[in-house]
Amino acid sequence: MRFSSLSKNTLRALTALIMAAVYVPLALVIMNSFNAATSSSFPVQEFSTKWWVAAWNNQGVREALWTSVKVAFWATLIALILGSMVAFALSRYRFFGRNTVNLLVVLPIALPGIVTGVAFSNTFKNVFEPLSINLGLFSIIVGHATFCIVMVFNNVQARLGQMNRGLEEAAMDMGANVFRTFFQVTFPGFRAAFVAGALLAFALSFDEVVVTTFTAAPGTETLPIWIYNNMARPNQAPVVNVIAAVLILVSMIPVYLSQRLTGADQLERKAAKQRKAA
Amino acid sequence: MTSSATTAAPAPTAQATPAISLQGLGKSFGQVHAVHELDLDIRQGEFFSLLGPSGSGKTTVLRLIAGFELPTSGAILLGGKDVTRSAPFERNVNTVFQDYALFPHLTVAKNVEYGLKLHGVPAAKRKARVAAALEMIRLPHVADRLPSQLSGGQRQRVALARALVLRPEVLLLDEPLGALDKQLREQMQIELKQIQREVGITFVFVTHDQEEALTLSDRVAVFNEGKIQQVGSPEDLYQRPATEFVAGFLGSTNLIDGALAAALTGTEQLVSLRPERVRVGAPAEGEAGIAGVVAESVFTGPGRRLLVTPDGFPEHSLLAEVPHGAPGSSAARGERLELAWPREAAYAVPRD
Repeated sequence: MRFSSLSKNTLRALTALIMAAVYVPLALVIMNSFNAATSSSFPVQEFSTKWWVAAWNNQGVREALWTSVKVAFWATLIALILGSMVAFALSRYRFFGRNTVNLLVVLPIALPGIVTGVAFSNTFKNVFEPLSINLGLFSIIVGHATFCIVMVFNNVQARLGQMNRGLEEAAMDMGANVFRTFFQVTFPGFRAAFVAGALLAFALSFDEVVVTTFTAAPGTETLPIWIYNNMARPNQAPVVNVIAAVLILVSMIPVYLSQRLTGADQLERKAAKQRKAA
Repeated sequence: MTSSATTAAPAPTAQATPAISLQGLGKSFGQVHAVHELDLDIRQGEFFSLLGPSGSGKTTVLRLIAGFELPTSGAILLGGKDVTRSAPFERNVNTVFQDYALFPHLTVAKNVEYGLKLHGVPAAKRKARVAAALEMIRLPHVADRLPSQLSGGQRQRVALARALVLRPEVLLLDEPLGALDKQLREQMQIELKQIQREVGITFVFVTHDQEEALTLSDRVAVFNEGKIQQVGSPEDLYQRPATEFVAGFLGSTNLIDGALAAALTGTEQLVSLRPERVRVGAPAEGEAGIAGVVAESVFTGPGRRLLVTPDGFPEHSLLAEVPHGAPGSSAARGERLELAWPREAAYAVPRD
């Protein structure tokens, strides 16, 4: 498609505007984290790293961070195992209720977080608590796993659909048993999607607020909840800026990696297409 | 069902047990019966083709032998040993896949070596056998390339080397030449035949290309709708088709019935008459024939194809392939002429 220079420039300007709308506020957060003043202001009068030091020494932040990492780790692990298994079942086998299961697996990502949160909260309060079962952190982990599974499932299922099953048959044909075939041929085939799904699941769990609010036991704070609770406190607000700045930087890593990985997949697919055409 | 002497001289001791024996083999996918109650023996060292249109069950039979599918009924014996329930990696057969299924991330040499590694062949021996296998397919120079850097014909040969390097009892080939263009395919046919003769392994070859099956095979099984129509040498199948389907599927033929058959052969049976056995001229001793008008005349390269409407049978037509220089090779539309053929060329075929 060809564009006139007027429409080209209009599109350029629009793109710049949208990018600015997204990234200028983020830049302000990072800048303000170096602001010596207690309240955010613009322009910054005096730069300082004192809030970074304060954040580093803040016990609440440390605990919240550790909680978040634990929750995201376990939720991702559950998602990897269950999500991959469901992806295999749904893409490789035909069985009664297959489409229903598919819908039920994907639904949590479409469901408003508040609904998931209320549902879990009710279940924990009305079923487990009367039985004096205290789920603690596990309640948050289960809540997060519901939508983390979808990340892994979607990635792995898409990849499995494109994989050449002939390669697995070829490996078996040449004498590889079921385990060898899986680890030498099948898993390398969807490894990139598996890792990408894990990174997305981890990132999603790490910044989740709504479901966490409803499922966290009193006193348990993940990092986003800690930020939410401390944003309005004048003394903590600068520390929140620091945490936000750190999270921006940290969350870029998994997104970048997962893009690289799925990009590698696409290259492979492109090569496969060329081979077919040749 | 005849099976004349067409075997490529297999070892006399090997003759006793068939390389493959399929006994009452059946496979259904849900309501679809892909293979019906099949009985078939494939001899040691034979080039055997499973020929049929798509959906006739030939590929399913191959996948059953390889172990990728489990049969719904019946048994599979490899060299006399029951492998009906064995996994693919427990059977001493190897497959050349239709799309080659070469591992894209491994070099040619590594692809060929893969199975040897799995079988625990020591490194030095592996190297020698990979080299010999690449030598056999005349591609020693591509050892370090990736499959994506090869042409279609080269990939096909690497797939062949990868399967043969394991020295299987039986090599299964699933339409291995289907993806190649016509010239390359014909060249590969010759190569396949040579390699099969060199290694002396039983080849089971699946194809829908009747010409390919006829040129390559010692024997052919013709499939239709999950059943074997006929097993025999290419000559058997071509000259003495056992069913109407076989007569129609292998080459082109005149299938004549009703009043015309009665007039030409004296019976109302269905008769198959190959167009290349029909010549232009008056019937001589031992020949049958009929006069007619040329309805269509087409130049084919090797000769001329005539479509003749026989006198008194305007609703019928007879096809004749006339080689260059032979009488009638320049016959034009509307011309009157006589057709003649040896009496035994009109072969009675049971109706389907």
